[in-house]
Amino acid sequence: MSDLLNRFMRFRRGPWENLATLVIAAGVLMLMQPLSLTLYTWSFATMLAGTVMFVIVSKFPE
Amino acid sequence: MTMASTEEGTLRRITAPARTRRIRGLSDKAIAWAFIAPTMVLLLAINIFPLIWTIYLSFTNYQANRPNRPITYVGTKWYRDILGSPDVWAAMQATAHFVFWTILLQTLIGFGLAYLIDRKFRGHAFWTTIILVPMMLSPAVVGNFWKFLYQPQIGLFNSIVSFFTGIEPSSFEMLGSVNLSPWSIIIVDTWMWTPYVMLICLAGLRSIPDYIYEAAEVDRASLWRQFWSITLPMALPFIMLAVLFRGIENFKMFDMVNLLTGGGPGSTTEVASITLKREAFEKWRTGYSSAFAIILFVAVFGLANIYVKALNRVKQR
Repeated sequence: MSDLLNRFMRFRRGPWENLATLVIAAGVLMLMQPLSLTLYTWSFATMLAGTVMFVIVSKFPE
Repeated sequence: MTMASTEEGTLRRITAPARTRRIRGLSDKAIAWAFIAPTMVLLLAINIFPLIWTIYLSFTNYQANRPNRPITYVGTKWYRDILGSPDVWAAMQATAHFVFWTILLQTLIGFGLAYLIDRKFRGHAFWTTIILVPMMLSPAVVGNFWKFLYQPQIGLFNSIVSFFTGIEPSSFEMLGSVNLSPWSIIIVDTWMWTPYVMLICLAGLRSIPDYIYEAAEVDRASLWRQFWSITLPMALPFIMLAVLFRGIENFKMFDMVNLLTGGGPGSTTEVASITLKREAFEKWRTGYSSAFAIILFVAVFGLANIYVKALNRVKQR
């Protein structure tokens, strides 16, 4: 767990980009799922957060 | 007359090299800007400006059919309305149904075809060309002729189904039935875009070096084992690329669905882009539809980021 945290705290592109990708994918799934209207309501915020995060972390060093 | 022409000649001799010197005097950066500027201006005018304008409109009550009405700021009202509306949620589910099944079918059939074509049997080049034909057609053409194919009385599709199942051809209507119409658009999209997935998968299969298979044969690995341990893992980045690309394209699908069903019957095949068009150009709720467009844009932009990442991973191979 601390190893994973250390990887993120070094502010390298790889792990942060993976996290942003996961957030975007979760947002898209929330947008299109048929189970919960609440998840659908929060999908846009999730996608937007993931996309902004992706744009920022893609400027991090390799 | 002679003096005037001599003077003019002298002037030309002086000004031409001076102009050349001035151009030569431009820095590399300035020359680069001079080349890039027209494209930048064009991109700003046709891409960036409409995007910023749409973001602005999504916070207002603007209606395009009432341009003289005063525009008032409504805050995030339209976003809250869209993200709380069961109707738009239903449209998103229709889109999800369409995207899921088209991607699944296109990937399975496309990869299967690529695997067969990669065997390089006699006449494989001819069959590759034949398979690629649907992809080269315009969606408008495809939409129109599938409308004829789906005709209950004279359509070829109903006749073929009738031939194999014994059901009366005119007893079912692909485009008019609530249960069948979502499948009718899935069939057409699969027919049209499977060749594209096949092409990408074929590129993936052709990129696998032969020596890996030769080593596997030396180790007496069965064909089944070779497929699961070599072919599939090495072609996977290409398959992912095809899935992402088709996912983004089908998420935005408009033309073919509009031509085939127009979102009907009722709102059974009303995918997100059809809802957007209805809100924008039938109900004239420009602010609302702008907010909807921004939500779809963020989804597509997010997916496009993942797509670019996957593409870079494939390039690194």
